[in-house]
Amino acid sequence: MIGLTHYLAVSAALFVLGVFGIFLNRRNIIIILMALELILLSVNINLVAFSAYLHQVHGQIFAMFVLTVAAGEAAIGLAILVIYFRNRGTVAVDQADLMKG
Amino acid sequence: MAAFAFYLFAGLLLTSGLMVITAKNPVHSVLWLILAFFNAAGLFILLGAEFLAMLLVIVYVGAVAVLFLFVVMMLDIDFKALQRGALQNLPLGLAVSGVILAEVLLVASGWTAGQGVIVHEALAGPPPGMTNTQWIGSQLYTRYFFVFSMSGLILLAAMIGAIVLTHRRRVGIKKQSIAAQNARTPGGTVAVGKAAIGQGVEL
Repeated sequence: MIGLTHYLAVSAALFVLGVFGIFLNRRNIIIILMALELILLSVNINLVAFSAYLHQVHGQIFAMFVLTVAAGEAAIGLAILVIYFRNRGTVAVDQADLMKG
Repeated sequence: MAAFAFYLFAGLLLTSGLMVITAKNPVHSVLWLILAFFNAAGLFILLGAEFLAMLLVIVYVGAVAVLFLFVVMMLDIDFKALQRGALQNLPLGLAVSGVILAEVLLVASGWTAGQGVIVHEALAGPPPGMTNTQWIGSQLYTRYFFVFSMSGLILLAAMIGAIVLTHRRRVGIKKQSIAAQNARTPGGTVAVGKAAIGQGVEL
């Protein structure tokens, strides 16, 4: 019998994988963006699992909104990546501290 | 059967998630990411959320992952140089993710459903006579209509932002200027004069 806890465990594991991925690939912003997608996916699994086990549709609707924001974030992130590469010739984000802000 | 499907999808999801962050080649990372999205869609179907599962495949695999693939393959990036020194971040990453995992486990072990909330042990689909898509639509277009419109606005802002950011104005190329064409009048462009025989015309 697969219960809510199983889905929450998968979601938590995926979230931790995403956070770990950000640290592991700190210079490569492409992998960082993909790790962010993994984190948002784990949030979606959480929302849908609660929605299914609480017999409420609101979780699925919020998962849709998270999906929307994730798509927008990926588009903007990749656009920033493209202009960063065009200006610097690399995507190593650990050198993106020229402005010393 | 459902338990087998769950463990299959969950195992593949976590495996491909691990491969996304550890693969040497970013193209492989994107392909593992696509596999992860497909398995998450399988989990959604097991949960009875068919509409979101299809949305995940269409939006993520069809749009976002292809966008990643385009960017990875379009830019000439030296990935070998990026990987240099990646392992020195390993202890910090392990520490932070270990702390997060411990916190999640602590919260999960002490969690009970709030008062008045009944967590059913069995899955139940939409109300009788409704499909999952109808169920979502009946709430999304009524109760959540404002939020729905705002999410459309977010997508519009993301689209405009991506275009403005990556648009490049090139100098020194010839292109059509419709405004300049429409502003032409016969007075400014046509000259009528008498040409003397054998002299040619001076423009």
